[in-house]
Amino acid sequence: MKLHKLSLYEAKEGLDKKEFSAKELVTSTFSRINEVDEKINAFISVDEETAISKAEEIDDNRAKGEKLPPYAGVPVAIKDNMCTDGIKTTCASKILENFVPPFDATVVKMLRDTGFIMVGKTNLDEFAMGSSTENSAFFTTKNPWDLNKVPGGSSGGSAASVASAEVPLALGSDTGGSIRQPAAFCGVVGFKPTYGRVSRYGLVAFASSFDQIGPFARNVKDVALSMNVISGHDEMDSTSADIDAPDFTKSLDKGVNGMKIGIPEEYFQLGVKSEIKNVVKNAINTIDDQGAMVEDISLPTTEYALTSYYLISPAEASSNLARFDGVRYGTRLSDENLKSLYYETRSQGFGEEVKRRIMLGNYALSSGYYDDYYLKGLKVRTLIKREFEDIFGKYDVLMAPTTPTLPFNIGEQIDDPATMYLNDICTVPVNLAGLPAISVPCGFVEGNPVGIQIIGKPFDEAKVLQVASELEKTLNLGQKIPGES
Amino acid sequence: MQSYETVIGLEVHAELLTDTKIFCGCSTEFGKKPNENVCPICLGMPGTLPVLNKNVLDLAVTAGLALNCEIAEFSKFDRKNYFYPDLPKAYQISQFDLPIARNGYIEVEVEGEKKKVRINRIHMEEDAGKLVHAAGGDSMVDFNRTGVALIEIVTEPDIRSPKEAKAYLEALKNILQYTEVSDCKMEEGSLRCDANVSIMPKGSDEFGTKTEVKNMNSFKAVEKALEYEVERQMEALEYGEEIVQETRRWDESKQVTISMRSKEEAHDYRYFPEPDLPPIVMKESELERIRANIPELPKEKKERFVSEYNLSDYDAGVLTSDKKIADYFDECAKKSENPKKPANWIMGDLLRVLNEENREIDEIKITSDMLVELCKLEEDGTISSKIAKEVFEEMYKNGDKPEEVVEKKGLKQISDQGEIEQFVEEVIEENPETIEDIRNGKDKAMGFLVGQVMKKSKGKANPQMVNDLLKEKI
Repeated sequence: MKLHKLSLYEAKEGLDKKEFSAKELVTSTFSRINEVDEKINAFISVDEETAISKAEEIDDNRAKGEKLPPYAGVPVAIKDNMCTDGIKTTCASKILENFVPPFDATVVKMLRDTGFIMVGKTNLDEFAMGSSTENSAFFTTKNPWDLNKVPGGSSGGSAASVASAEVPLALGSDTGGSIRQPAAFCGVVGFKPTYGRVSRYGLVAFASSFDQIGPFARNVKDVALSMNVISGHDEMDSTSADIDAPDFTKSLDKGVNGMKIGIPEEYFQLGVKSEIKNVVKNAINTIDDQGAMVEDISLPTTEYALTSYYLISPAEASSNLARFDGVRYGTRLSDENLKSLYYETRSQGFGEEVKRRIMLGNYALSSGYYDDYYLKGLKVRTLIKREFEDIFGKYDVLMAPTTPTLPFNIGEQIDDPATMYLNDICTVPVNLAGLPAISVPCGFVEGNPVGIQIIGKPFDEAKVLQVASELEKTLNLGQKIPGES
Repeated sequence: MQSYETVIGLEVHAELLTDTKIFCGCSTEFGKKPNENVCPICLGMPGTLPVLNKNVLDLAVTAGLALNCEIAEFSKFDRKNYFYPDLPKAYQISQFDLPIARNGYIEVEVEGEKKKVRINRIHMEEDAGKLVHAAGGDSMVDFNRTGVALIEIVTEPDIRSPKEAKAYLEALKNILQYTEVSDCKMEEGSLRCDANVSIMPKGSDEFGTKTEVKNMNSFKAVEKALEYEVERQMEALEYGEEIVQETRRWDESKQVTISMRSKEEAHDYRYFPEPDLPPIVMKESELERIRANIPELPKEKKERFVSEYNLSDYDAGVLTSDKKIADYFDECAKKSENPKKPANWIMGDLLRVLNEENREIDEIKITSDMLVELCKLEEDGTISSKIAKEVFEEMYKNGDKPEEVVEKKGLKQISDQGEIEQFVEEVIEENPETIEDIRNGKDKAMGFLVGQVMKKSKGKANPQMVNDLLKEKI
C-alpha cells in the first residue's frame, strides 16, 4: 500500500490503529511530491523539515500514550493566499514574493490545532484572479489528467495536489468558482461553504463579500470531515456567522429519497458544451432513480450574474489590493520618491490580470460611474439573491454543471480575458448569493474529468453533502488517481 | 468699504476615550515609543480583518445624544480610498452616506446672546498614522495612532464670527468631556479642528467662495486664524480679487494662513460600503441603555447649581465650564453650609493658581474637605479673610489641612477685646496727626489706622472689632 494514496479518513484510521507512523505518512507525502511535482507544479513552497519534525513529535507523543488531536499526523496543503506564520505567503505574486506573515490564518490555526501537518503552499492565479492558474507570477500548474491542460483556477495548485495524490486534503478559496471549477477540471471534490461559515481571517482578500475558504479532497466524506474542522464562528472575522456548525458527516448516508431537487435550465444554456450537458444530465438521472423528485426550474436572472460579478468583485479588489504599496511589507521596487515607490512597485509587482481588475474596479467605483456600474451591480446581485431565496422555498438543492467546458489547453485562453471570464458562468451566481455549493466528479469525456455542481440553501451544507455523497455512491467512479489504473 | 458677513462651518475630529483601537485590541495610550501600539490588523497586514470595538459605537451614540442628534437606526461603514504612507490599508474605514448621527445642535452664548449652532452629522472613523521626516531626507511612519477611534462632528455653516467659533468649540469640548466621550486634549491631538470660511456682503443670501483652514492647535489659534482669514478675504474682495477655493494652513509663528499649494488634485475617494463589517442596526433598547448612562450635561448642571446652591447665573456658568471644576465644586457645595463661599474660593484664588501653573484641579493637594474647612474657619471668625489667603497658599503648597496651618503658624484671629484694645491704644498714641485728620472729617485716614493695628497684631486682629474700637476711641 502506498501511503500517499490514502484518503483523509483512511490516513486518520491507519494512524489511530498505528498501522504506520506519522513520520512514515509524511515522508511518503514528500516522496510523492518529489516524484510528481516537477511535472504538476502544484506547490509554490514545501516545508519538509518542519513537517517531518512535527510528525516525529507526534509519533513520540503517541508512543508516550498522550492524548493526540484527532488528525495528528495527517498531511494538508494550503493555497498560498492564506497566511501561515513564519512561512512565505505569496499569493503567487511578485509583490509578495518574499512575504512572511507573522500570524496564522484562522483556518490554518484550526488545522494545526486538530493535528494536521502542513506540507506546503499551493499555486494559484495571482491573488486568486483567474480560472486556469496561468496567472501565477511563478509558473503554471498542470492538470494531472493531461499535462497540456490547465488545472482550472484560481485554486489550481490545491486541486492538482489532491488529484495527483500528493496530499489527501488541500484548502482553497472560492470567490467566483475558484474551488469548484478546478475541482471539476481535476476530477476531485471541491466545496465552497456558505459565505460566513468558515472564517476569512488570514485569507488575503480578493473580493471580501464573495471570498470563502473551502476544502478539496478525493471523496465527499473527507470534505465533510474537514468541514467539521474549519467551520464555525470566529471573533476575528465580523462577517463570520455566529451559528454552530453541525457534524457534517451525520447526513452522508441518508440518501435522497423524497428530496426535491431543482434543475435550473439556464445553467444548461450559457454556452455549456453538449458533452458536459450529457454527463451532467446522466448524473442527475441517477439521483432521480434514487427516489429524489427532480424538476426543471428557471432562474431568469442567471444571465446577469457574470456582469454583476465582474463589476462588484473588481471594485472590492481594487480597494483590497491597494495596501500592497511597497511601504510596509512585500516587494519595494524603487524608493526614489513616494510617487515612484507607488508606481514602480505596483506596476511591476502586479501581473496583467490583477492590474486589469484593479483598473476595472477603480473605474466602476469612480465618481460619475458608481451609480451605473458598481451600484447597478449591487442591485442585480440583490435580485439574484432573491431569486435563489424564492426557489429554495420549494427545493432542497439545485443541480447544474460546474463548468461550461472541459479543461482547456494551457495558453488557449490566456490572451482572451473575456473568454476566460466565461469559465465562471455556472459558479458565479452562487457566490453572488453566498450559497454553499459543491463540485463532485460525475464522469469523464475523452479522459477529461467532468464535475457536477450541487447548490444548497445558506448554512444547509449538510444537505448538499448528503446529495453529493449519494451521487458519489451511485456513480461509483472510484477515486482514480491520474496515471495509475 | 462694503460691510460683510462672515460664514463659518467647523469640522471637529475628537479622539474617543477608549482603551483600545477601533478595529483591533491595540492600546491607545499616548506617548509610547514609535510603533509600540501596533498589530497585524492596524498595520494592514494581508488577510487581516477589522472587528468593531463595541465601546466606540457606544461613545459615538453618546456624543450624538448629548449633541441633540437623531441616531441612525441603520448605519454602516464605508471605505475611503486613497494612497498615503500613513494609511496602511490605503483606505480609511469611515462612514459616508449613513453616519451614526445627524441633525443636532449646540447652544452657545456669545456676549450675552444665545444662539444655536446646528450639527449636520457625526460619524465614526479610524485615525491615520504619523509621518516623521528624519534629518537625512528619510521619512518614517509611526503607526501608533493608526486605528485610534475618532468621531468627526460637522456643523452647518451657522457660525457668524471667530468668537462664535471659539464659543462653539468650548461648548463642544465641555459636552464631550462631561460625557467622557473624549478628553479633548488639543495638545495631544485628541481634538482637532478644521474650518470652512467664507464672507458675503451683508444681507446677501448667497455664500461666498469658501476656503478651508487647517492646522490650528488651540482654541486661541482657531480664533486668530479665522480672524486673519476673514480679514484676508475682505481685503481681497475690496481689491477686486477673487477668492480661490483652496486649503490653507495656519502658521502659528507668523500668525497668518498660508495656501497649502498641494496641487489641488480633486480627490476621488471612491467610497463604497465596507464589505468586512456588517451594518450597524441600532435597537431601541440599546439606545435607551446608552441614553440612561449619559451623565448630567453642562447646561443641566448649571441650572442645578443655580437652583440648588443659589449661585448667580454667571457664577454657575464659570463653575460648569470645566467638568472637573464643576465636580470639585459640587463636592464642596454638598458639604458646605454656604456654597457661595467655596464657589468664591474656586473662582478666585484656586482658578488663579491653576491657570498660573497650568494644572488641573485633580492634580492639587487641596481636597474639597480642606477647602470647606477653610471656608468654615473664615466664617466663624477663627481667621480673617486676609489670613485665609495665607492659609490657602500654605495648603496649596504643602497639602496641610487648614486647621493645622492655623495652629502651626499661630494665625488664629484675635477676637479678645482686651488684646485688641491694647493695639488700638498704642496706635492712637503713635499717630496724633492722623487722629486730628479724622476728627476734621478725613474719613480716609481711618483705613491707615486700621492697617497699623493689623500690622501690630500680625494681621490676626479681627478687623471688624478693630474698626469698632477705633471709632469708639476717636
